[in-house]
Amino acid sequence: MKAIAARRHHRLAPVALLLLALLVTGGLYAALAPSAASASAPSEDDIAAGRALFQANCATCHGPSAEGREGAPSLIGVGAAAVDFQVSTGRMPMQMDGVQAQAKPPQFDAEETSQLAAYVASLGAGPAIPSAEQVDPALGDAANGGALFRTNCAMCHGAIGKGGALSEGKYAPNLGPSTPTQIYEAMQTGPQSMPVFNDANLTPEEKRDIIAFLGEQDAGSPGGTDLGAIGPVGEGIWVWVVGMGLLVACAVWIGAKSS
Amino acid sequence: MSTRATTGQRAASGTADYLDQRTGIGTAVKGFARKIFPDHWSFLLGEIALYSFIVLILTGVFLTMFFVPSMTLVVYEGPFAAMNGVEMSEAFASTLDLSFEVTGGLLMRQIHHWAALLFMAAIVTHMMRVFFTGAFRKPREINWVVGFVLMILGLAAGFTGYSLPDDVLSGNGLRITDGVVKSIPVVGSYMSYFIFGGEFPGEHIIPRLFTMHILLIPGLILALIGLHLFLVVLHKHTHFPGPGRTQRNVVGFPLFPVYVAKAGGFFFIVFGVLALMAGTMTINPVWNYGPYDPSPVAAGAQPDWYMLFLEGGLRLMPGATEFVIAGYTLSLNVLIPAVVIPGLLFTALAAYPFIEAFATGDKREHHLLDRPRNAPVRTATGVAILTAFFILLLAGANDLIATHFAMSLNDITYIFRVLFFVAPVVAFWATKRLCLGLQRKDRELVLHGHETGRIVRFANGEYIEVHKPLDEYERWIRVQHEARRPLEILPAHDERGVRRKGYHRDALRARVSRFFYEDRVEPVTPAELAAAHSHGEHDALEGHPSSGGVPAEIASGPSVDARDR
Repeated sequence: MKAIAARRHHRLAPVALLLLALLVTGGLYAALAPSAASASAPSEDDIAAGRALFQANCATCHGPSAEGREGAPSLIGVGAAAVDFQVSTGRMPMQMDGVQAQAKPPQFDAEETSQLAAYVASLGAGPAIPSAEQVDPALGDAANGGALFRTNCAMCHGAIGKGGALSEGKYAPNLGPSTPTQIYEAMQTGPQSMPVFNDANLTPEEKRDIIAFLGEQDAGSPGGTDLGAIGPVGEGIWVWVVGMGLLVACAVWIGAKSS
Repeated sequence: MSTRATTGQRAASGTADYLDQRTGIGTAVKGFARKIFPDHWSFLLGEIALYSFIVLILTGVFLTMFFVPSMTLVVYEGPFAAMNGVEMSEAFASTLDLSFEVTGGLLMRQIHHWAALLFMAAIVTHMMRVFFTGAFRKPREINWVVGFVLMILGLAAGFTGYSLPDDVLSGNGLRITDGVVKSIPVVGSYMSYFIFGGEFPGEHIIPRLFTMHILLIPGLILALIGLHLFLVVLHKHTHFPGPGRTQRNVVGFPLFPVYVAKAGGFFFIVFGVLALMAGTMTINPVWNYGPYDPSPVAAGAQPDWYMLFLEGGLRLMPGATEFVIAGYTLSLNVLIPAVVIPGLLFTALAAYPFIEAFATGDKREHHLLDRPRNAPVRTATGVAILTAFFILLLAGANDLIATHFAMSLNDITYIFRVLFFVAPVVAFWATKRLCLGLQRKDRELVLHGHETGRIVRFANGEYIEVHKPLDEYERWIRVQHEARRPLEILPAHDERGVRRKGYHRDALRARVSRFFYEDRVEPVTPAELAAAHSHGEHDALEGHPSSGGVPAEIASGPSVDARDR
C-alpha cells in the first residue's frame, strides 16, 4: 500500500486510473447487458413492459390502447416490423410535427424497442421482424437486386439509394446509414410516403437481393471520390470550382505582369 | 560538345532549307514567330477550350478502340459483381469492360468526360470575356459567330457522347429529346421516327450518335477551330487600353519564344489538371445507373451542366399549357422551354454584335477592348442573360436544392418561376447602376486624385484633405475611352415639308441607341481636367515641401493637389 501511496503523484497515475475505470465499466456492462438472443421470443413480461413504455411515450398521440387519433394512425395490426423500423431509426417518438417524421438517434435501446414491438404485435397480427438470415446480404444476388432496385426504388431513392426529393418538402431518405433489417422492414411496412412492397410484390428472396445490392454500395466508387453520388450536377459544380478554378489561377500566373 | 552542336545545327538548317525551298515555309514561320500576343490572363481562356479539345481527341481515339456502338443485347459476365448476369446492350457492356478490364480505361473515360465538361466551361467563360470587353466589334463579328457555332457544336458533341454508353441516365436524356422533337407541331412525330429509325428507342440511335460523335461533329469543330484561329491571326489580337496601346498596334510579347513557351506549357497544365480530376474524382459512374431500359427513371436524373438549363426550363414550365386541338396535341409545356426559350436566348447571343452595331451606327474597326464599366448597357445585358441562364440551371437542380437545404420542392419551383422573369430585370438594372457608379468613381479619381488621409489646416481655419494626383498611366486608362451618345437623327420632314425617306428606320435606330446610351457618364475631357486643377486659393498649398512627389507635378503643369470643396 505504501508503494502505491508513494506513486500516486506519478504523472502516469491519472492515465492508469482512467484505464482501470474503463476496464471495470466495460466488464460490468458485458456481464449485465441484455444479450440480443434473449429478445427473440416475447414473453408476457415483455408485453407488459412494452405496454408500460407505450403508455408513457406513445399513448399521447396514438391513444391509450393504440387505437389511433386524428393525425396519428391506429397501430392495431401494423406488426412488430413497423414498430421496430420506426423506433430503431428514431422516427418514433416523433421529434417534431412536420411533413415527414425525421430519423434521429433512437430514443429506446434494443430491449425497450423489442418490448414495444411485442406489445404492438400482441394487439393484432402484422408483419414480424425479419430473421437474420432473411436480411443477410451475403445470401442475396446483388445484380438481380440492382435490377429490382432500378425498377422499384430508384425513382424516389436515386440510382444507388442516396435519396431524393418528393413533393411539398417530403423526401426519400439516403439508404446508406440503414441496416439490412431496417431496409427489409421498410419494404414490408411502407413507412410514411413509401408504398408497401408485400411478399407477392417482392418475394423475401428479392428483398434480400435488394439488400445485397445496397450492401455493394458500401465498397465506394471505383472511379475515386464519389462526389456525393448526386450525379451530373455535382460533377458540373466541381468542374467549375476545381477545373476552371485551378486553370484560371494558372492563367493569371502565366499572364501576370499585364498592365 | 561543339562538334555535336555543329552537326545538330547543320542538320536543322539543312532540313529547314530543304523545306523552305520546296514549300516557302520560311516566310510563314518568320511571320508567325514575330506575331505579337498581348499579355492578359483572360486571353488564355480560349486556350483552355482548345487544349481541352486536344485532350478530348487524344482520349477519344483511345476510347474508340474499345467501345462497341451497338444495341445488340448481351449478358454481362465480368468483374463487376452488381452487373453479373444482367442483360444489356453491347454499348453498355463495352463501357463496363472499358472501365473495369482495359488497363487505364477508366482513367481515360474519366479524363474524356471531365475534359468535355471543361471544354464547355472554358468556351462559356471565353465567350463571356469576349462579350464583356466588346471584342466582338468590327472586324470580329464573323469570328464571334464562328465561336458561337463552335459552342453549339460543343453542346452537340457533349450530348451525343453522353448518350453513347446506353445507361439509364443518358437514356432518360434521349427520351426527353424524343419528347422535345415530338412537341414540334406537325412534323414532330415524323422527325422522331426519322431520328430513332422507328419508335423510341429502336436499335439505331447508338450507332447513329456514334458516327455523329466521332466523325461529323469533331470534324466540324476542328475545321471551325482552324477558321477561328485563322481569323484571330488575320485580325491580330485585341488588347486592353493602356498607355501606348492604340487601335493600330498590338502591345505584347512575340509568339516565339515567349508565347510558345507560355502557351505550350499551359497545354500541359490543362492536361495535368484534367488528369488530376479524373484520377481522383468519379465522373458519370454508368455502373450505378445500370443498362438502359425505358421503364425506370431514377430520382436526381439530370444532364451534364451545359444541358441543365434545358432541364430547368422543362421543370419550371407549368403542365397546364398542353392543348388538344381537333384531336392533335400541342405541347406548349415542352415546346416553349425546350425549343422557343433556348432559341431566343441563342439567337440573341449570336446576333448581339449586329444589334449593337446597329444601335451605335459605328462602322469603324475596334482593336482596343472596352472596360466593361464603360459599356453599361452591354454589360448589363450580358449579366441579365447569364442570370436567366443561372436561374434555369438552379431550376434544373431543384430536387437537389430541396433535399440538401430541407426545402419544399414545390415552393422552390414557384419561386424560380417568378425569378426567371424578375431576376434578369433586377440584374440588368443593378449592373447598369454599378457600371455608371464605377464610371463616376473614375471621373472623380481623375479630377481629384487619390485620397491621402493627410489633413491640412489653413490659416483661416479651413481644413482640407490633400489629394495625390493620378500619374499619367493611371489617368490614361480612365480617360481614353470615347464618349458614346445616343444617335441624333434628321427630322421626319425636310425643310420644304416633304417626308424624308428612311425616317422610320432612323427612328427605330434612335430608339435602340437611346436605350443603349441615354444614361451615361462621359470621360473627363482635358478642359474639365484643367478646370478642376485651377482652384486659385489652394495653389499656395501645392508648393508645400512635405507633399511627396507633388512639386514635380506642379512644375510640369496644372497640378491635382487639392480637391474641390
